[in-house]
Amino acid sequence: MKIWDAKYECMPREELEQLQLERLQATLNRVYKNVTFYRRIFDELEIAPENMQSLSELVKIPFTSKENLRMNYPYGMFAVPLREVVRVHSSSGTTEKPVVVGYTRNDIKAWTNLVARVMTAAGVTRDDMVQITFSYGLYTGAFGFHYGAEAIGASVIPTGTGNTEKQIMIMQDYRTSALISTPTYAMTLAERMERIGVDPKKLALRVGLFGGEPLSETMREEIELKLGITATDNYGLSEIIGPGVAGECEYRCGMHIFEDAFIPEIVDPLTGEQLSAGSVGELVLTTIKKEAFPMIRYRTGDMTSLVYGTCRCGRTMVRMNKTAGRSDDMLIIRGVNVFPSQIESVLAAIVGTSPYYQIVADRRGANDLLEVYVEAAEGTFFDEMKRQKAFLEMVEKKIRSVIGVSATVKLVAPNTIARHEGKAGSVIDRRKT
Amino acid sequence: MLKIKNVNTYYGKLHALRNVSLHVSAGEIVALIGSNGAGKTTILNTVSAVTPAANGEIHFDGTLISKLSTDTIVRLGVSQVPEGRQIFNPLSVEDNLELGAYLRSDAGEKKKDIMKDKNQVYALFPHLGERRKQIAGTLSGGEQQMLAIGRALMAKPRLLLLDEPAMGLAPLLVQEIFRVIEELRREQGTSILLVEQNARVALKVADRGYVLETGKVILEETAAELLANKDVQRAYLGKDRKEIWER
Repeated sequence: MKIWDAKYECMPREELEQLQLERLQATLNRVYKNVTFYRRIFDELEIAPENMQSLSELVKIPFTSKENLRMNYPYGMFAVPLREVVRVHSSSGTTEKPVVVGYTRNDIKAWTNLVARVMTAAGVTRDDMVQITFSYGLYTGAFGFHYGAEAIGASVIPTGTGNTEKQIMIMQDYRTSALISTPTYAMTLAERMERIGVDPKKLALRVGLFGGEPLSETMREEIELKLGITATDNYGLSEIIGPGVAGECEYRCGMHIFEDAFIPEIVDPLTGEQLSAGSVGELVLTTIKKEAFPMIRYRTGDMTSLVYGTCRCGRTMVRMNKTAGRSDDMLIIRGVNVFPSQIESVLAAIVGTSPYYQIVADRRGANDLLEVYVEAAEGTFFDEMKRQKAFLEMVEKKIRSVIGVSATVKLVAPNTIARHEGKAGSVIDRRKT
Repeated sequence: MLKIKNVNTYYGKLHALRNVSLHVSAGEIVALIGSNGAGKTTILNTVSAVTPAANGEIHFDGTLISKLSTDTIVRLGVSQVPEGRQIFNPLSVEDNLELGAYLRSDAGEKKKDIMKDKNQVYALFPHLGERRKQIAGTLSGGEQQMLAIGRALMAKPRLLLLDEPAMGLAPLLVQEIFRVIEELRREQGTSILLVEQNARVALKVADRGYVLETGKVILEETAAELLANKDVQRAYLGKDRKEIWER
C-alpha cells in the first residue's frame, strides 16, 4: 500500500533520532523564549533548555497537564502572537473552561500532511469519495480529515453531523467510498440502513476512519460486518494537533506515531516515572514541529504501550497499541489498577454489543468493593432467573480473570442507567466522598 | 552526510554556539538564518575546524571529524568559501584555482585531472574563463566571489560551506551566484551549507533551514515553511521588500 510521506515515515532510526533531537532542542529554546508558563517552570527548576543533550533528558522536564492548559485559558500557552494564528479550535469542556489551541499557517499545512499520512495508511486514495460526518465546529476532527482527504486528492463530502437518512441517501447517490465518523455513529448508520431497507453491501463504501471515541475490537468487527468495510483505527487529540498523531497501517499491529512531529513516552500515571516502552502506562507526548501551540510532555490521559521496530509495511515509526482506557478513569481496587474499559470489553464480548453499564467502587471497612450494574438487554436472560444467575456468575468470573479482582455484577432494568453522550458506561467512586 | 550533535564553541570566554545540533543530507542545500552574531559563521568555522568545537560531535559521512584538523577535513571532502572571499590578490585567476587543488596535487593526483576540473570551473563561471591570466585583486567583487567558490570547488568537495556569497554584490551577480549554487547541486550532487544575511535569497534556493539566535537553534523547518513563518518574515525577510533582481 502507498506511503504518503516515505521520507519521514520510513526514515532510518538513527536519522530520525538526530532529527528529533534537533527539533526538540529548537522547540525547547523557542518555548523558553515565547511561553511564560514554560519559562517560569524551567527557571524555577533551574533547567536551561539549551543544555538538553539527548532525547532521554526529556524526563528532567515536568509534565504539562490539562489543568495547566485550563489555568492558561485562553491564549496563555500560545508561542506566537495571535496575529500569526490563522485558526483556533477548542476541546470539550462540559463543566470547566475548555482548552483553546491555535494553528499558524505552517501548522495547518503540517497537520494536513499528517492526516494525509493516516488516511493513506488506511487505504484512502485520490479516487475516494470521503464523507465526513463529524461536526464542523470547534472540534478538530472534521477539519483535520477534510484537509487530509483533499491533500490526497480525494473528493470530500462535508456532510457534518446528524440527519442520518440524508447521510444514507448521500452515501448511496454520491457513491461514498470512505466514511469518517465516530464508531457509534457508524453503528447508527448501519442500524438505520437495516430499518429503511438499504443494503450496505450495495453501497460503494469500502473503508472507514473513526474518531471521537476509542474503537474497540468488538466495535471494529461489528462495523466491518454490518457495513461491509475495512474499519481502521487512528489516534489524535486537540491539545496535540487533532487527528494525525498516529494511524494504523494495513497490518493492523498498532498505530504508527509520527515521530518526526511528536515524541512519545509511557509513564506511570501515579508516580509519573517513565516506564519501558513495552509496559502499559499513560501516553505522554511532546510536539517538536508545532509553531503556535507547542506542548512539552503533555499527559494525554490515555493508557497504552509502545512497540518499536520496523513494521512489515516499511514504516519505522513506533506503534502505539489500542488505548486501554483513560488514566483518570483508573480505579485502584485492593491495590490493583482497574480500567472501566477492561470491564466494558468483557461485557461487550459476552453480550455481543456494548450494553449500558455503571461501575461503582465503594469501601466497606477496610475493604474495596467493586460493583458493576448492567442494563438488561437481549442475551442477558432478564426474565429467566435460573439462567440469569448462571449468566451473571459467568460474567463475574470473566471480569475477575481479566482485571484480577472480583466484582459483583447486577442486572438492572433497561433505560435506568443515566446516559452520557457517546459513552456506554460511567464510573462512580464512592470512596472519595 | 553532515551531522552535528550538541556542539559548543567558544571565542575565549564568549559562548558562541550553545548545544547546536543540525544536519545536511546528501544533495541538500541547507540555509542558516539569523541576525549578526547569532553564530551562523561560527557553525561553518566549527565544521571546518577553523574554530574547533569545545565539545559535541560532528560527523561527515559517518566519520567523526570534530577532532580532526582543517586540512584533513578538506581532504575528506568539505570545502569552505570564507566570508569576504579571501582570495590571493597578487596571483592570477588560474593560480588561485590551482591553489584550491593544492591538497590534491600534494596527494599525487594527475595534472590532467586537475586541468579538467579547472575547465569545469570556467564552464560554470564563463566570466572567470575570460580572465584566466588577470590578477585576482583587480577583479570585480562579483568575479572575486566566483573565484572564491571556484577555488573551493577545485578541492572536489562533497560538502560546500558557503559564507555570505551574496554580500556586497549587485543584484545581477547575486542571481548569477545562486544560479551556480543550484547548478552545483543539480549537476554534481554537492551538498551545501549556506550562510546568508539575505535570508530571502537563501531560502529561495535552500531545501531546509535553521534559525539561530544567540548561538542557539530556535527553529528547524523547510525553506517554504520558513518563508511563510511570520517570525522569520518580520525579523529576517523585510516582509514587503523584494530584491530588485526578484521582480
